[in-house]
Amino acid sequence: MSDHDHHHEEEGPHSTFSGYMIGFMASVILTAIPFWLVMGDVLSSRNATVVVILGFALVQILVHMIYFLHMNFHSEGGWNMLSLIFTVVLLFITLAGSLWVMYHMNVNMMPSMMTEISDSA
Amino acid sequence: MSHSTATPAAGNPEKFEFLVTGDHHAPNGTLLGFWLYLMSDCLVFAALFATYGVLSQNYAGGPSGADLFDLPLVALNTAFLLFSSITYGFAMLQMQQKKLQGTMFWLAITGLFGLAFLGLELYEFYHLIHQGAGPQRSAFLSSFFTLVGTHGLHVTFGIIWLVTLLVQLRKYGLTTANRRRLFCLSMFWHFLDVVWIGVFTIVYLMGSMS
Repeated sequence: MSDHDHHHEEEGPHSTFSGYMIGFMASVILTAIPFWLVMGDVLSSRNATVVVILGFALVQILVHMIYFLHMNFHSEGGWNMLSLIFTVVLLFITLAGSLWVMYHMNVNMMPSMMTEISDSA
Repeated sequence: MSHSTATPAAGNPEKFEFLVTGDHHAPNGTLLGFWLYLMSDCLVFAALFATYGVLSQNYAGGPSGADLFDLPLVALNTAFLLFSSITYGFAMLQMQQKKLQGTMFWLAITGLFGLAFLGLELYEFYHLIHQGAGPQRSAFLSSFFTLVGTHGLHVTFGIIWLVTLLVQLRKYGLTTANRRRLFCLSMFWHFLDVVWIGVFTIVYLMGSMS
């Protein structure tokens, strides 16, 4: 009961030293490896490097969300997580949609294609 | 009929109490409201990232990211921002222990790391513009300056907010209102670090490879 009252008085999440340190150490490692991969030109394939560093970025974002922003499924009655999921969906639509549409616009408006059209005309 | 529907509710008061206990968990909506602001800010950055993603190859015969970006400098900047995140965490831990001096000390350190980050970023911008690689040079550079500049502007406002909070803490101490403000700035500051992860990965690291 007293624990519950304490939670009331202290609005916001309760953070711990070990939580911050775990998040910090993980972030240092997850930042150092992508920089090393790119600066040292470790992987020969460009596409493989892109996929790997994007993966590291995604994991580090999750680490920040959990250890620094204290995200969980029950804070604020679950509304934090719900709004986050909604935002991630919109984020995905914006990014994937823009890149997809603009890529196809670019491909279909290639200068080579323009000359083909004028040649056939 | 109307009488029979009213009876179980009147004879069963626990049902009403259940509603009350479900509601009392959020005594103040500030933190949730601020979180919703951050989510909408996230969409601003999503639009800027999408713009950058579309325009990042349009060099207009100008320099590319591989020609311009200085990765050791970016690594240093990333370190500054990461250090400022952990020092803000230390400030929050001091706040939990109700230590005003410790909170203000770690907040000041966070502000200094933020200033170092901003200084290095301004130096980079100045250097780029001096080289003739300003935002007018190509679509790639326009979108680069817009995305990175918007993030830098957020950090600037974060530092202004942080200094304001330091003054508030000095004047009024760790009051409930000030603790709430510290929680909000904490979310803002960590959010900026999350956005920076996207910036250094997509803009700097991927840009240096092309």
